[in-house]
Amino acid sequence: MLRILGKIQRIGVITEPLPPSDEPALVAVGEQLKEQIGARFNGSLAIRQVDAGSCNGCELEIHALNNPYYGIERFGVHFVASPRHADLLLVTGPVARHMEAALRRTYDATPEPKLVIAAGSCGADGGEFGVSYASCGPVSGVIPVDAVIRGCPPTPLELMRGILAAIGK
Amino acid sequence: MSGAAFTSFAGLFDRLRAAGIASEDVAPPAGAVRRAVRMAADDWGRLGQAAQAAGCRWAAGWGEETAEGMIRLNACFEQDGTYLLAHAEVSRKHPLLPSHTPYFPGADRPERHTQDMFGVVFSDHPDARRWTRHQAWASAEYPLRHDFPVAGRPPERTPADYRYKFLGAHGSGVYEIPVGPVHAGIIEPGHFRFQAVGETVLHLEERLGYVHKGIEKIAVGRDAAGLARLAGRVSGDSTVAHAWAACMAMEAAAGVTPPPRAVWLRALLCERERVANHLGDIGAIVNDVGFAFGFYQFGRLRETWQRGSHAAFGHRFMMDAIVPGGIAQDLAPEHIEPMRAAAADLHRQVAKLMAIIYDSPSLTNRLLTTGVLTPEAARALGCMGYVGRASSLDFDVRLQAPYPPYDSLPVGHVLHNSGDVNARVRVRHEEIVASLDLIEALLARLPNGAVRAEWITPATGAAGIGSVEGWRGEILTHVRFGADSRIARFFPRDPSWTTWPALEVLIDNNIVPDFPVCNKSVNGSYSGQDL
Repeated sequence: MLRILGKIQRIGVITEPLPPSDEPALVAVGEQLKEQIGARFNGSLAIRQVDAGSCNGCELEIHALNNPYYGIERFGVHFVASPRHADLLLVTGPVARHMEAALRRTYDATPEPKLVIAAGSCGADGGEFGVSYASCGPVSGVIPVDAVIRGCPPTPLELMRGILAAIGK
Repeated sequence: MSGAAFTSFAGLFDRLRAAGIASEDVAPPAGAVRRAVRMAADDWGRLGQAAQAAGCRWAAGWGEETAEGMIRLNACFEQDGTYLLAHAEVSRKHPLLPSHTPYFPGADRPERHTQDMFGVVFSDHPDARRWTRHQAWASAEYPLRHDFPVAGRPPERTPADYRYKFLGAHGSGVYEIPVGPVHAGIIEPGHFRFQAVGETVLHLEERLGYVHKGIEKIAVGRDAAGLARLAGRVSGDSTVAHAWAACMAMEAAAGVTPPPRAVWLRALLCERERVANHLGDIGAIVNDVGFAFGFYQFGRLRETWQRGSHAAFGHRFMMDAIVPGGIAQDLAPEHIEPMRAAAADLHRQVAKLMAIIYDSPSLTNRLLTTGVLTPEAARALGCMGYVGRASSLDFDVRLQAPYPPYDSLPVGHVLHNSGDVNARVRVRHEEIVASLDLIEALLARLPNGAVRAEWITPATGAAGIGSVEGWRGEILTHVRFGADSRIARFFPRDPSWTTWPALEVLIDNNIVPDFPVCNKSVNGSYSGQDL
């Protein structure tokens, strides 16, 4: 136990500052995000992430939003387990045909008003996988999409910018 | 090559001879495979039986339609670090042959995949249910046959899968928990069907295939660079290892030798990928039993590491860094010292954190004896990587079938035998240490010179097989070229094909709330198995 406490004390709060290259951008984006979420979502934006056919690359970067460097919860963003609790669906992947019905159902289960972001090159335009017997291609071919975040995969900072742009529309 | 050089498979061929089963030696594909044989389709099952009796590992199986319109079944066996490729052909009209599954349970899903994609019928397969096919194509359509168009004929809206006969359980107090495909966390989709009594899992059945993206089909017709990009997206967390295995197969087929510096840098990328994934997973495993301290600490280390990858190679996952003939971008000299320092620092930090983890009884109590995979079960399924090595299966491509540059580097030997979640954590920890040592050695002795060789157009029909120790274990990739350097067949065998079935076995008699930690300790790739 003492070692845990010692470690926590030695590491301290690492959330800030970020490495110089990202720092101003992240803080600026984060503060704007917090302001928008405060104004439009009463301080709390609930996201349900749906992998509709991704290679898992996007998921790893979405995960990173919760690591201590980005700590996206401090800006009022949190990921929820049920679409019933969600304000926003963050959908990745080309939509695999085998996930098409599950994605539609998840969309239908999300209460109005709701936003949908297609994240990653595949979600945006089908990416490396395109449209085939197994893939519907972009998310917008299956459910209405409000915003797109490109990148293969988009970095955590790009994801934050994309979420900000989507809710600020 | 004479048969005498292949003492590894002496037992198998002795058995085949004794049983009067003929096998004809054929030219093996270039690359990892040392010997190839053709069998009669009727003898396919007896080949499996003999291979099992001789103690071979069934490493991979895949189908292929030949130029003559036959369907060729391939099975790759491994023994003592040597690979043997066997094949048999059946006609499109009567694609029937015996199964390997009665002898190798690990052949179950790969054979069902071949059944769904090529229409092959395995006469004595114990479970003929579909596997990869849900509702996107009809039961009489076979996407990997040449006459199936890449666009397919999908319904306007693909319905959810239905009428898949899950195993049921009945009796007083038995209940069923369906989970997924959309899970509660930020993870890939798949379906789990639990049969439970109280908190105890009686049986778990997995239903995968939700992220089937037609990778094998859309690979056809790509050029070498396009295939490398696609291979890098078979499983995003293994982008380096899959791209390497695909390039290794293509380069072998084309007779291209990547320069030494490129090969060493590929290993550097691959070890960095291994470290990043193990860091993230150890944090996630301990978090699944409520040890948030570990989650944040390891999350911090992983993020720092990924930033290092971005600084040196321009991408946090090093995606598209490996290209046919070498690597896309050389490592600039100014990155070498910081990378060595970062590796040394990580070495110290991991040692301190793991000491805390091992010294926290409330944590280790949850990991010890949880989710035990016995060596027998692991062997039967052909498990590999950290899952195999936590259950005393001593196979690591880098050690047993070394490929450059590992043939001239000391690769740390990691092996545990208790097969529980704790053992899988220990293997991952020790593999991080071994990889950091390798990174140190790679950076210290990095050869100079070019990082990319000129591409050579391979002969039409040229085939190659690559085998790479990715962070999950052996990735075995088969590539065949058609005309003009265009891909005719691509089959990447992710280690997850063997570890997903292991999860079904090791969860038995554990409590339902321990499923997340058991699952994370195995961490199969959905995308890598669904293809």
